[in-house]
Amino acid sequence: MTRIRGYRRWAAGTQPACLHLPYVSSRRRAPTKPLVEIPQTLSEITGPSWGARDVVKGACDLTTQHAGSPLGPRIIVSGRVLDEDGRPQPNMLVEVWQANAAGRYLHRNDQHNASLDPNFTGEGHTLTDEQGRYRFVTIRPGEYAWGNHHNAWRPAHIHFSLFGPAFATRLVTQMYFPGDPLLAFDPIFNCTADEQARNRLVSQFDWDTTVPCEALGYHFDIILRGREATPMEDGHDHDR
Amino acid sequence: MTMIDKTARQVSEIGPATTWQTIGPFFSIGLQRGYATEVAGPGVAGERIAIEGRVFDGDGLPIPDAVLEIWQANSHGKYVHPEDPQDKPLDEGFLGHARIPTGEDGGFAFTTIKPGAVCMPEEKPQAPHILVGLMMRGLLRRVVTRMYFPNEPLNATDEILQRVEAARRGTLLLVPDGTKPGVYRWDIHMQGEVETVFFEF
Repeated sequence: MTRIRGYRRWAAGTQPACLHLPYVSSRRRAPTKPLVEIPQTLSEITGPSWGARDVVKGACDLTTQHAGSPLGPRIIVSGRVLDEDGRPQPNMLVEVWQANAAGRYLHRNDQHNASLDPNFTGEGHTLTDEQGRYRFVTIRPGEYAWGNHHNAWRPAHIHFSLFGPAFATRLVTQMYFPGDPLLAFDPIFNCTADEQARNRLVSQFDWDTTVPCEALGYHFDIILRGREATPMEDGHDHDR
Repeated sequence: MTMIDKTARQVSEIGPATTWQTIGPFFSIGLQRGYATEVAGPGVAGERIAIEGRVFDGDGLPIPDAVLEIWQANSHGKYVHPEDPQDKPLDEGFLGHARIPTGEDGGFAFTTIKPGAVCMPEEKPQAPHILVGLMMRGLLRRVVTRMYFPNEPLNATDEILQRVEAARRGTLLLVPDGTKPGVYRWDIHMQGEVETVFFEF
């Protein structure tokens, strides 16, 4: 009676708990009761799918959305979207958002004392190609101060949002830059126990995608949950 | 109904799935393009319903910077997805997905059609339900819950509902408005006595 071929549980230690005390706003928002463990059903292994109709052509270039060029070092961020078995994930919607080069978001709630850039919105999206690859042209976002604790600063980062093939594979994460001295002090970057997992959020400088006289390249691969090796079957113990 | 396989997790060379990070306070820049409050257009078959509610934190304060993503079957209980094996019709123009932000009062609202019962071949049907993925500033990862319909006979045998202790099942049930037919209320409480049930899978 094989039925659902589900997605693997998150590997131990590689995901944040909802509550992370150093991230102050998690304290009154994280659930306090244990999450209820359930088997994956058809509802969890299905999910929205995407196609060309869902993307605006050129939205993968965040530097050409206005009359002029945005301020800041131009960069190219590219990589692959794979599952945990290394299988490329084609036609996946990838959405990104970020601060401008001065560390300011185009958002009414961002009152950080830094300039807005009339030539930068900070939104981009694209679909992965047949090999699961994506590529954005943007500017390097600035670091910025925030109110979590005294002298709190976020390291430079770009937000990434992906759905993957199923409701179960949804992922929103942040990509960081190599060598950023603020990483060691950031409660959001450090919310995950596994050091290797954290460090995989740091992109790699990439000569191969660097364009001479134009833009530095950074490489960032994104791994979505892989499938269970075998379908789940009735009668198995669900506790583990 | 299916159970979780006990097979040890395979370790692959490329490493485990990427770590979640919070959507932060400024997610609307990247996510608002996908905002929608109408899941089913006028021509879609099924019982029209409206669902509205608010999201509250542990102090009972509304959460204005959260976003819900819903996923549901059509009125026949069929998902728009290649892995749905059910022999049921799809509906033109119905995708089953919407992304809804909360407003200043922590409120959200959307219209849709009531989903049908989803049923894998040779299995018990699930009671009609709507999946909800919830993200916000202050949550380092998405939490997931389900909306169920009140007075639904299938609720009594729904495998997922049965895994929730009886005293907490009510947090998953839509509440009829009482005056406006087809309108339901459903609040989310992140903490407190009526903390909403969230699932892990």
